[in-house]
Amino acid sequence: MRVQSIENLGFKVVNLVYHLGAMTLFGFQVLRATVTPKLRFRRLADEVFDVGVLSLAIVCASGAAVGAVLGLQSYLALVRFGAEESIGALVGLSMVRELGPVFTALLVTGRAGSAMTAEIASMKTTEQLDGLRMMSVDPIDFVISPKATAMFLVMPLLNALFISFALFGAYVVGTALLGIDGGSFLTSLETSVNFDEDIVGSFIKALVFGTMVGLLATYRGYTSEPTSAGVSAATTGTVVIASVSILLVDYIITALWGF
Amino acid sequence: MKVSPVRDLAVGLFVLVGLGAVAYLSLSVGGLSYKGPGGLRLYASFDEIGGLKPRAPVSISGVKVGQVESVELDEFLRARVAMDIDQKIELPIDSSAAIRTAGLLGDQFVAVEPGAEEQVMTSGEEFSFTENALSIERLIGKFVNDAGLDEK
Repeated sequence: MRVQSIENLGFKVVNLVYHLGAMTLFGFQVLRATVTPKLRFRRLADEVFDVGVLSLAIVCASGAAVGAVLGLQSYLALVRFGAEESIGALVGLSMVRELGPVFTALLVTGRAGSAMTAEIASMKTTEQLDGLRMMSVDPIDFVISPKATAMFLVMPLLNALFISFALFGAYVVGTALLGIDGGSFLTSLETSVNFDEDIVGSFIKALVFGTMVGLLATYRGYTSEPTSAGVSAATTGTVVIASVSILLVDYIITALWGF
Repeated sequence: MKVSPVRDLAVGLFVLVGLGAVAYLSLSVGGLSYKGPGGLRLYASFDEIGGLKPRAPVSISGVKVGQVESVELDEFLRARVAMDIDQKIELPIDSSAAIRTAGLLGDQFVAVEPGAEEQVMTSGEEFSFTENALSIERLIGKFVNDAGLDEK
């Protein structure tokens, strides 16, 4: 029994390395399909709609809510030291540096990433990908590449919207509910958030997360089992693996960026 | 896949709004400015600058008129602070620059007090009178020393 579980563990580790390699090679294929003609702008626009526009509601609503909560909590913590005017700096820095990119990536993974995987996996199950190959259309060029590119392009935009809505939520809570001066909120925000250090780092994170989630979601859809159980396994796996990877890579980027 | 003008409009609007948010964050919050080389550049040398950092505000009578550009050591090992000030401001050449703290826990900033001369400072000139940053530890040490001497 014990030897069996060690064999299983060994198998899982080797499997992980295999999938990592396969995903990298898949990524190169997607990259090649993206940059070589024929450039499919119509498809890209459709995918940006599916990934970006349809995620607007969740990103903006969550942004405002997270900003409001963060504003309230920081006020309760800072008011003990008489430093409640720094609330703008606290909310701004935490949103821009960490919460903005990570939250946006997690929300978009849950909404658009799972939809992407499910769509591609069910296309594989219903043999639509094979149908495309029959018509001499590369499914990676026609289906995968626009989806992955859309995710890459949309993530920084949604990141910016999330952070903006969060700052707005914190501002409203601060001025209307807690009686903080709006001017000092904005001043402390603007003097402490630096473009070179913070904003650029935030968008680099968003771009990296966008590539990761785009590749992961499309890869899992493309390599799923062509059964209905396979579709659901691929979809849930995408959300789980992408969420954990986002948090791990977030630490790595933060550590590298800080030095 | 139906070609719908409404869809395309939605995508275009979304990208516009997203880029607008990026621009707002970069310019307004992040402080990236396309203010060209039109600012008034002035220098001041201090013995002690405390916690003064680049992008700290420079104010006259409490009104922000510019920001600290850089802080370096000059050949006498004093701190030389370069400031970018609004070009429209006319500062007499006997104006002074002091480093003050905004509130108890606040950041350091440079407070400029205008002088009384007629001649104004031009870009590249240095402040003749400066006031160093107050160091709380030195004040406390001085107080303790003086109090100790009084007791004897």
